[in-house]
Order: sequence, then structure tokens, then C-alpha cells
Amino acid sequence: MENNRSSVKNALLHGDLYTRLSAIIMGIGLIGHKQIVKGIMVLLCQIAFIFFMINTGIGSLQMMPSLGTRAQEKVWNEAKQIYEYTTGDNSQQILLAGVVTCFVIAAIVVLWIIQLRHSYSLQKQLKEKGHVPTFKEDVKNLFNKNLHITLMTLPCLGILVFNIVPLVYMISMAFTTYSKEDEHLMLFDWDGFHQFSRVLNMNGNIGRQFFQVLKWTIIWAIFATFLNYILGMILAMVINRKDTKGKAFWRFCFVLSIAVPQFVTLMIMNIMLQPSGAINVLLQNLGLISAPLPFWQNALWAKITVIVINIWIGIPYTMLQITGILQNIPAELYEAAKMDGANSITIFFKITLPYMLFVTTPYLISSFVGNINNFGVIYLLSGGGPTYVGDTAGQTDLLVTWLYKLTVDQQYYNLGAVIGIMTFVILTIVTLITYRNSGSYKNEEAFM
Amino acid sequence: MNTEKNKLSPRRRFVNFLVHLLLAVLAVIWVLPIFWIVLTSFRAEPGAYTNTFLPQGYTFNNYIKLFTDRNVLNFPKMFLNTLIIAVFCCIFSTFFVLSVSYSLSRMRFGFRKPYMNIAMILGLFPGFMAMVAQYFILKAMGLTEGSMIRIGLIIVYSACTGLGFQIAKGFFDTIPRSIDEAAIIDGATQWQVFTRITMPLSKPIVIYTVMTSFIAPWVDFVFAKVICRANADQFTVAIGLWNMLQKEYIYQWYTCFAAGAVVISIPIAILFIYMQRFYVEGMSGAVKG
Repeated sequence: MENNRSSVKNALLHGDLYTRLSAIIMGIGLIGHKQIVKGIMVLLCQIAFIFFMINTGIGSLQMMPSLGTRAQEKVWNEAKQIYEYTTGDNSQQILLAGVVTCFVIAAIVVLWIIQLRHSYSLQKQLKEKGHVPTFKEDVKNLFNKNLHITLMTLPCLGILVFNIVPLVYMISMAFTTYSKEDEHLMLFDWDGFHQFSRVLNMNGNIGRQFFQVLKWTIIWAIFATFLNYILGMILAMVINRKDTKGKAFWRFCFVLSIAVPQFVTLMIMNIMLQPSGAINVLLQNLGLISAPLPFWQNALWAKITVIVINIWIGIPYTMLQITGILQNIPAELYEAAKMDGANSITIFFKITLPYMLFVTTPYLISSFVGNINNFGVIYLLSGGGPTYVGDTAGQTDLLVTWLYKLTVDQQYYNLGAVIGIMTFVILTIVTLITYRNSGSYKNEEAFM
Repeated sequence: MNTEKNKLSPRRRFVNFLVHLLLAVLAVIWVLPIFWIVLTSFRAEPGAYTNTFLPQGYTFNNYIKLFTDRNVLNFPKMFLNTLIIAVFCCIFSTFFVLSVSYSLSRMRFGFRKPYMNIAMILGLFPGFMAMVAQYFILKAMGLTEGSMIRIGLIIVYSACTGLGFQIAKGFFDTIPRSIDEAAIIDGATQWQVFTRITMPLSKPIVIYTVMTSFIAPWVDFVFAKVICRANADQFTVAIGLWNMLQKEYIYQWYTCFAAGAVVISIPIAILFIYMQRFYVEGMSGAVKG
């Protein structure tokens, strides 16, 4: 029974002439086993692939090790009496072409495996049943048994081309000298792990900034996640109390603040908290302070301000999400606790909080991840500032905002890529530890 | 409990009073900035910073200027750009999100678990990592110049939406599978189950998906800024509003910014308040599943 599985190995060992031939000429196996339309399509893919490789692919791969050698040069044009620039190699384009070629090769390898296995399984079907699905039946199946192929192909393609390829491309930049430092924007070279050691070296300038930003990112994520969670839950419970009048009205007030687009509220907050902004004016007019409060000028003030404003933004969200879950807590639990004479604080810590934590662990993790990557709040509120002279990272910069500054503003692409990879590593560690152990991940099917 | 229903004890009444007072104070804190921006949008005197908290004079000119001044910052053009992008983005994203969510919730295939794991891993990368490289890819495809920027932005906003399946999948998971099975016994294909049974039963989540994907281009300014760069005639509303707060424009345009913020916020706020019910349902579904 061993040759029943349509693996590549079995296909090559037990396949008939057509199947084995399709290891060299793709699609022949399908054409030979009466699936002509599909076979021709596969064959066309192979022809296109060969054409692509000869045209550009092989050239791109050859350029990958050096990433280009010809620098842009100024040449004196005697006839026109001017300096002209020769077009040198553009390493960034060479790297992109190389990465794309690698993906094309990977795609054709996957197609090769699929068609080989498919050809073998067709061969078996012909032997056992005497017929194989016609092209018409295959198309019909795409809307029935194989609907997932129809539905998922385009989204997967989108993710591959506009998420996975860019990520691989960006990751590969971390190992190059692609940076405005030393003028490596046009022509750059492979650089190994040099940038990583720069970032991790605590004594260097970049390393010092990295650990400072990392420390603040983690403090920020912890405060932003748990303060929002606890305070949002308390607010939801206060509004849900039996005796609270006008529940809908209170809820509306809080929802109103998140209904306004976040970037608008954040920019307004930034302006309102400037030294001559509305808040300082209001406080001065009331005579509470004599000089403006340094909301964005002092590092500690700025840190506290972003956390507080994030609470302002986050609480309504938490309230909305938690209201539904709160109502799901079995009422018997509360009644039993009351019978035993527990007061409301004990009930909160012994029943509500543990229940909520149990149900919302995945939500907490995703909001922790979201806060580590919370670009908008920091960028629009404090802009990462205040920034000390000589630093690229400000005192309230998170890893993501620093990444943005390094790549978009400073054009230190290689450093930016390293910071991105470090962020990913940190998030992976946090998530793996908690997510894989959470009940809702293990029992995904339990609620179906 | 029953005895207390009609007659509240003094202590209980006092606690109630405190709770309502607290809620009122909090509500003021939450509503004040929004109230302030609405006031600013009607403020007669220009500039970002004034010596008084409340405006001295009121005018409607900020709104008129916003929609008629086409020389410096062409807001009507930006509005049109964003609308076009939002409509297309909405069509593609909705299709992507619902397709992926339905497949993951209802179909069983080998790539299902790997897909969900890959989506989780990709979600851990900071969004910018991909964004900077996306710009280079779009540039290589020739989508970063002139009116092609719109296509570039539509692609950027909708291409990766297949990763955001959690809420819709959570919702589909709550629809009993026996309904599907009954239909299949009656001879329906999976496609018919998807379009004729699941979709009509999932109106809330369909509406939620349509609205969130329609809103996305209006409120994003980071991607738009990186892709548009200096092409002022391709700016979206968010970049326009952001520009109004930059040093060179802020004095002249601050009150117009407030007006623009109000104009953008009203429809989004209405959509959001209408959606919040589905948001809550979707969330509790997603948390469960």
C-alpha cells in the first residue's frame, strides 16, 4: 500500500512514463492522463518561467553576490561642454530583482511538486476507476468541494506580493550597507551582521539608543495595555450597574470620542497641550498655574502625557468590547458570592477579574502587540520627542516610530531593518510564551 | 435585593450620587476635546493659539474656505481622491476578508492551520517593515507617479486585508454548521451555501467589514504619506489635514483644519455609532473563537 500516497518520491518511483516525464516537461503528466487544458496551462507556466529566467532572472541572480559594482560617475562631455552622469548600478533595484527571482523560483518548485503529485494521482485514478475528472467537473468543483481555492487564491497572492516579498526584501536590507551614512544610497554591499552588532552593542551610540527605546517601549506597552484594560473594565462595570441611570447616554458620550477618527483627535491633543495651547491657556486663565506646563518639552512629562492620552483613547474601546463579555458572566457566581457575604471589591478580584482574564487572554495579547507597534499615538502626539542632541531616537520614541524615523527621515535603511527584526523577535517571544499556552488557541474548535 | 428596589437606603443613594457625579466628570473629560474642535471650526479669529479658551467671534467662513480655496491646499480634490480610493478599497477588502474568513471557518483543507499561523507571524512584524519595501515594489511597477498613485494606494490598502480575518471568522464560527449541512443534503454547492445562506445570515459582519474597509483610507495618513511623497494633487484627506498643521500653513489653516476634521468626522462617527453593536458582537465572537 506504500505507493498509494501521491508523494513526489512515489511519483518518481512508481509513476508511468507520462508522470516521470512531467518531472522534466511540466504538465505532460496531466496531458497524458486526459487533463489536457490543465496540462497546457502548467506547460505554459514552465515556458514563461524559462523565458523569464533567460531574459532577466539569471542576470538578477548573478548580480546578487556583488549587488552591483559600477558607481555613478561624472564624465566631462567635450561636445556639450558639461558634466554628465553615467548611470551606475542601482543596488536597491538589483536586490529587489534578486529577491523577486528567488520567489519566482520557489513558486515554480511548488508548482512542479503539485503537478507531479497530481499526475501520479491521476494515473492511479485512471487505473482504478478508468476515468478522471474532466475540466468542466474541475471548474464545477472550484465552486463546491474546492471553494477555498477559488476564494483564497487572490487574497493569498496579495499577501505574498505585498507583504511577504516586501518583508523578505526589507529583512535582506539589514545585512547590507544600504544607508545614507557614508553615502551608500545608490551602491551598497553585503555587510553581514555588522548592523546587528552595532544595535546590540550597549557602549556605542546606536546601541545605547536602542536599549533606551526598548526599555520605554516595554514600559509603554505594559502601562498602555493593562491600565486601559483595568480602567475600561471598571468603567464598563460602573455603567452596567443596576442602579446607574441613563446607561445608553453615558455609553454614547464615551463612544463619541472614538467615533472621531483617531488621527484627528491625536493631532488636536498635540495642539491643545502645546505651551500656548488651549489647556495651558485654560489653566492660566483660571489662575491655577503661572507658567505653561511642559507637556512635550520634558521627557518625564511627555511620557506620562502619552500614557494618559492613550488611556483617554483606549478606555472607550475596552468598554465597548468588555460590555458584551461582562454580561456573559454566569449570574449564579455572583449570587453565590453574595450569599457568602463577599463585598463588591472581593467579588471583583475573585470572580470578575479572573473570569475576564480567562476569556480575554487572546485579546490582551493582541492589544499588547498592538501597543508595541502603536505608531499613530506616539508619532502624532509627541513625535517621539523630546529628542536630545546627537540622538536619532527621542525620549518617547517606540521601536516602530524610531524605525520610521530611521528609514523615512534619515534613510538609514539597514539600521531600520535591524530595528524591525528586533521588534519582531521581541514580539515573537512574548506571543509564543503566552498565546500557545492560552486555552482559546488550543481549543479553537471547541466552540463550533 | 428586592426589598431595596423601591426604597433605597441613604448610603446606597449616596453611592449612586457619587457614581453619577463621577460619570458626569468623566463624560466631560471625554467630550470636551470634541466640543472644543467643533467650536474652533466656527472661530472667526485665525491661528492655532489664542489667549482665550472660547472663541471671540463665530463664522461659517472656515467651511467655505475649505471647500472653495483650491490654490494652496486643494481640499475638494483630496476629498475626491480619497472617495475613489475608498470605494475600490471597500470592494476588494470586503471580498478578501469575507472569502478568507468563510474558507477558514467552514472549509477544511491542508493549508488552513499553516495559513492561520503565517497570518499570526506576519502580524508580529511592524507595519512599516513591509511599507518601506512596498514603496520600492510599487515604484518598480511604475505605480508611484501621477495618477497611478491612486492604484498604488488601492493596492496597498486592500492587498493584505486577507490577514484580518479574525473578527469575521469569529462571527461565522457562531453560525451553526447544521444549517450548512442541511443545505448540502438538499443539493446545494458550497458556493451556494456561502452566497445564499451564510451571507444573508451574516449581515452584521458584512456591514461591519464594508464600513471598516471604507473608512480605512480616510483615516490612514502614514501609508498615504509614504506613497504620495510630494505629489500634492494625489494627496488624500488625511495628508491634507496633517499638512494644515505644519509650520508653514498652521496660522492660516488651523481653523480650516478644525472644519475639515468636523466634516470628516461626522460621517465616520455616524457609521461608527451605527456599527458599534456589530463591533461588540464581532469582538465577543472573536474572543470566544
